[in-house]
Amino acid sequence: MTSELYLLGFGPEGWGPVLARAGLMTLAVSLSAFLLGTVLGTLTVWGRVSGNPVTRRIAETYVVVLRGIPDLLVIFLFYFGGRQVVSLVGTALGFEGPFDISGFVAGMLAIGLISGAGQSEVLRGAYQAVPKGTLEAGRVVGMSRWQLFRRVTAPQAMVTAIPGMGNQWQSVIKESALVSVTGLVETMRQVSIAAGTTQEHFLFYTAAAVIYLIITTLSDQVFRMLERRSMAGYAGGSH
Amino acid sequence: MDTVYLLDLFKKLLGGLPLTLNLAVFALLGGFAIALLLNLLRTTRIGNAVAGTYIFFFRGTPLLVQLFMIYFGLAQFEFVRSSFLWPLLREPYWCGLIALMLNDAAYTAEILRGGLRAVPRGAQEAARVSGMSRLQILRRVTLPIAVRQALPAYSNEIISMLKSTALVSMISLMDVTGIAREAVAETWRAVEIFLCAGLIYLVLSLIITRATSWAERALSPWQFGARQ
Amino acid sequence: MFKITRALAGAAFSATLLAVSAASADVTDRTIVIATEGSFPPSNMTRPNGELYGFEIDLVNEIAERQGLKVEMISQAWDGMIQGLIDGKYDAIVDGVSITEARKEVVDFTHNYTTGGSTFVVMNASGIDLPMDGEVAQLDDPESIGPAVDAVVEVLAGKTVGVQQATIQSAFLEKYLEDRDVTVRTYPNGPDVYQDLSVGRIDAGIASVTNVPAFLEKNADTASATGPIFIGGVMGAGSGLAVQKGDAELQAALNAGLESMVADGTLAELSKKWFGLVVTPQQY
Repeated sequence: MTSELYLLGFGPEGWGPVLARAGLMTLAVSLSAFLLGTVLGTLTVWGRVSGNPVTRRIAETYVVVLRGIPDLLVIFLFYFGGRQVVSLVGTALGFEGPFDISGFVAGMLAIGLISGAGQSEVLRGAYQAVPKGTLEAGRVVGMSRWQLFRRVTAPQAMVTAIPGMGNQWQSVIKESALVSVTGLVETMRQVSIAAGTTQEHFLFYTAAAVIYLIITTLSDQVFRMLERRSMAGYAGGSH
Repeated sequence: MDTVYLLDLFKKLLGGLPLTLNLAVFALLGGFAIALLLNLLRTTRIGNAVAGTYIFFFRGTPLLVQLFMIYFGLAQFEFVRSSFLWPLLREPYWCGLIALMLNDAAYTAEILRGGLRAVPRGAQEAARVSGMSRLQILRRVTLPIAVRQALPAYSNEIISMLKSTALVSMISLMDVTGIAREAVAETWRAVEIFLCAGLIYLVLSLIITRATSWAERALSPWQFGARQ
Repeated sequence: MFKITRALAGAAFSATLLAVSAASADVTDRTIVIATEGSFPPSNMTRPNGELYGFEIDLVNEIAERQGLKVEMISQAWDGMIQGLIDGKYDAIVDGVSITEARKEVVDFTHNYTTGGSTFVVMNASGIDLPMDGEVAQLDDPESIGPAVDAVVEVLAGKTVGVQQATIQSAFLEKYLEDRDVTVRTYPNGPDVYQDLSVGRIDAGIASVTNVPAFLEKNADTASATGPIFIGGVMGAGSGLAVQKGDAELQAALNAGLESMVADGTLAELSKKWFGLVVTPQQY
């Protein structure tokens, strides 16, 4: 196998450049999906704690359904049915077709939707850990609900949420390996093409493993740093 | 959308249920055994490094990559094909089960480690004083407490393993997802088919959630008359 | 859920209408986007720099030149390929797609650019040797097909045969080998059949005579085609390019290109170049 290592290089026969690009694509789609998931997760927590029975029902159903269905099926459903849903929503909103979603958008939406359910669980735990006294204090000094959220709830909840969010981010990276059906050339799709063309399956899937390990390890470091930073100002945190 | 078609579809998809459940159950059982082993390894220095590397690799890469490395990757080598392992690795079922099991072990090992850390020293000391052997302590004191502590996290892992079995459809196995994919390739009624398949997994995971929360309650100390 | 699916089906219908109206612009004025898998030698493969090459890429380029089409080829995983065409993500697909009745319900096909016909492939080490080597077994002829299938089944008894899902070959196995003592293993992706055959996970594979030669060339000493070549009946009419339902203009342009390539023998030459033999139609 060592003699085949040139296939991973950056020479004329090497798949190095496209693999690097695919790795960046994995990172890009994961990042956008994660951010979408954060927005959805926050909305879900809000839906659950706002006291409105309808939004609570919707939020709970969303979490239960997305956590109970295999990621692969969600992605398939999104890819095969996504356009139908988008057309439906688009037409209902009065836009003119045709509607099209790219592989990137389809992948991002599917993983974002899955991650939103997971992130909402982390965020809910973090929200519940915010001392109620601080909220009351904020209310007493006359903060609006938005101000309370932005200045009191969010900063405190974020600190508690960081380790859990780190895990969610790791899941997103791994889920992104499944979006190759959408036509997006990310790491997994690129190594499949390379493995199919060269018949060097072990070499290329190992290369994929290394790419994912690099991404997961580096982001683990980032989250640890964030965790340390955010602890500054708390008892035991360095400053 | 005709009801007859949907009923037929469900019947067809349910044909994959035994395989889905089989893979989930055996992957969890095997994964748990390997996870125990990994935690025992943690007690020595070299073992700790081995277990750490194992967990680092399997938690840091997607299950799909692991599955393809085992299924497509290993089969590429003549020495694997002529080895005693080939009768196993030749079968898609075993490749799928092995990948799921090894993957599950890494996650379960971490969950179990959290549970083991929560076992009070005093309980183990008391057991030692009363003359239990190391195996007895493990079996009667450490594991029951650790498992109870780890149960909430482990119930998530059970559901996640059930969902992960869907990936074996990538290596020609006809589990619920595999049957759904073939049906889509034949009829193009993708939305109905994938929704029905999703519903089957959803019901299963709801059952698991119910069962584990029942187990959590049943295994809680106050159920045995212990003071909180 | 019934309601939801009905609504979705309605949306699908309107989406199809939209796609059709979008596709009606003059065929030489727009860029025709054609999707292929990019990992199915020798029909379509990918160079490390991402460039596609192979029989089907040459074919498409030649048609484009003759018909004055602007063509862009993109790579797409087989899993979502036909769905992407239905959704209008691209204008056509070329990936050894067999022309089947089920597919005709959702997309339109050009003329076939390879002839139908399928054969079993085995690894020599397996010792499997089917009768009627290379003879043509016409599925439309009920008199002779029964005995031919029986003879094949007898040798394959207790063995596992691999085939790609939802293809003419899988339809063939389903029709003729069902309830016989042969295990059929179906694969979402075509190349995986060869992969598993070569490592010995399955005892035989069945595939189109167009992509079998490439596999045999690469494994000249270890693999062979064996048994009859099945044509007609469920084997249908070979592979064609698929276009969106109702895109008659593109269909006509592609057909005209194919016709002229068949007429002057270019298609046969391309076939020889990539497959080593003529597996393309001699006339339409």
